[in-house]
Amino acid sequence: MQWLDDVPDPEIPVISLVDLGIIRHVEWVGETLQVTVTPTYSGCPATSVINFEIEKALREHGVKNIILKRQISPPWTTDWLSQKGRAKLEEYGIAPPQPAGGPAQCPRCQSHDLEKLSQFGSTPCKAQWRCKSCLEPFDYFKCI
Amino acid sequence: MSALFEFCLRMGDNTLVLGHRVSEWCGHAPVLEEDIALANTALDLIGQTQLWLGLAAEVQGEGKSADDLAFLRDAWDFRNALLCELPNGDFGQTLMRQYLFDEWHCMMLNALRSSTEKRVSDIADKAIKEASYHLERSRDTVIGLGDGTTESHARMQAALDYLYPYVGELFVADGHDEAATKAGIAPDLASLRDGYDAALSATMAAAMLTIPDDKFAHKGGRTGRMHTEHLGHMLTQMQWLQRAYPGASW
Repeated sequence: MQWLDDVPDPEIPVISLVDLGIIRHVEWVGETLQVTVTPTYSGCPATSVINFEIEKALREHGVKNIILKRQISPPWTTDWLSQKGRAKLEEYGIAPPQPAGGPAQCPRCQSHDLEKLSQFGSTPCKAQWRCKSCLEPFDYFKCI
Repeated sequence: MSALFEFCLRMGDNTLVLGHRVSEWCGHAPVLEEDIALANTALDLIGQTQLWLGLAAEVQGEGKSADDLAFLRDAWDFRNALLCELPNGDFGQTLMRQYLFDEWHCMMLNALRSSTEKRVSDIADKAIKEASYHLERSRDTVIGLGDGTTESHARMQAALDYLYPYVGELFVADGHDEAATKAGIAPDLASLRDGYDAALSATMAAAMLTIPDDKFAHKGGRTGRMHTEHLGHMLTQMQWLQRAYPGASW
C-alpha cells in the first residue's frame, strides 16, 4: 500500500492512487501479489495508464507476480478520497468534493462567492467553477 | 441466445450508439464548456458500453471481447433503441435526445440495481451515478432552451416533435425482454412508463414545451428487425478502421 501511495494519479499527479481511493485491496495469494482496483468513471481513459503504473511501481520494488483485479462493486465514490488527498487537491487549486454538491470555497482566495460554469471539466471527475471575488476559474472535484 | 446475453446487448448497444453520436460533437459544440460536457457524456456512455458488452461477450462464451461486439457486427445485429441512432441535428435536438434517453436510462438503471443477476446490478450501481449526472444537465439544458428565446423555443419544440415518436419503443417488450423479466434480470419495461411520463410532463411544463398527443411509436431497433437508415452510415464511420484493416490492433 505504501509503495502505491508513491504512484501519482496520471491526470491529477498531485494526489496518489491511494489518496484517490481506487486501491481497494492488496494481498498476497501465495507468491502472487493481488491488487484490487475500482475504476473511478466507467470511461475514464486514465484507467489503463493507472494499471500500467501500478504494475511498474510494484515491479520496481521487486514484485514478480502481480494480478490486477477490477472490482466495480461497490462503485467508487469520492467519499473514498483520503483526507491527505483532499488537502493536496485544495492546495493544488482543485476544490475537493462536498456532499452539498458544490465547492466549499475558492481554492485560491477562500471566498464563498462562487458560480458554476459547467457541470463538466477537463477530466470526467471534475466540473468548472469560477470565483466571483478573485474572478479566477477553478476545477471542482465532482462529488459522486 | 440467452436472455441475459440479449439484455446486455440491448443495454450496451444503446450506450455505444448514443455515445458515438454524442462524440461526433467533439470539437464542434457552440461553446467550449458544452463541447467538454458532450465529450464527457460520450466518454461515460462508452465506458458503460465496455461493461455491458464485456458482460455480453462473457455470457456468450465464444471468446469474444467487447471490442469484437462493437466493431465486428453490422447494422442488423445491433439492438439499440432507434432513438439512440438518430442524427444529432442541432445542439438543441442533441440535448433533447439526451434528455429523453437519460430520463429512461436512470429509471432503468435504478430498477436494475435490484436485478437478481449480480453482474447486472453491479454495472447498474456504477452507471447510475454517471447517468444521474447526465440527466441533471440534459434536463436543465432542455428547460433553459425551451424557456429561452423565441428561436431556441421553436427549435426545442421541433426537436421534441421529431424525437417523441421514438420514445415509445423503450417501453415495448418482446419475447427476449419478457424472458429477462421472468428471470428477474430486468424490470417489466411497461412498468417504467408511468414514472417516465410524469417526469417528462414536469420537465416539458418547466420548459414551456408541448408533448405531442400522438403516442405512435417507431419500433424495430431493440429487436433488430429494422433500424433507421442512419445507423448504417454511423457504423461506416465508427467501424471504419476494422473494416479497412480487419484485425488491426495496437
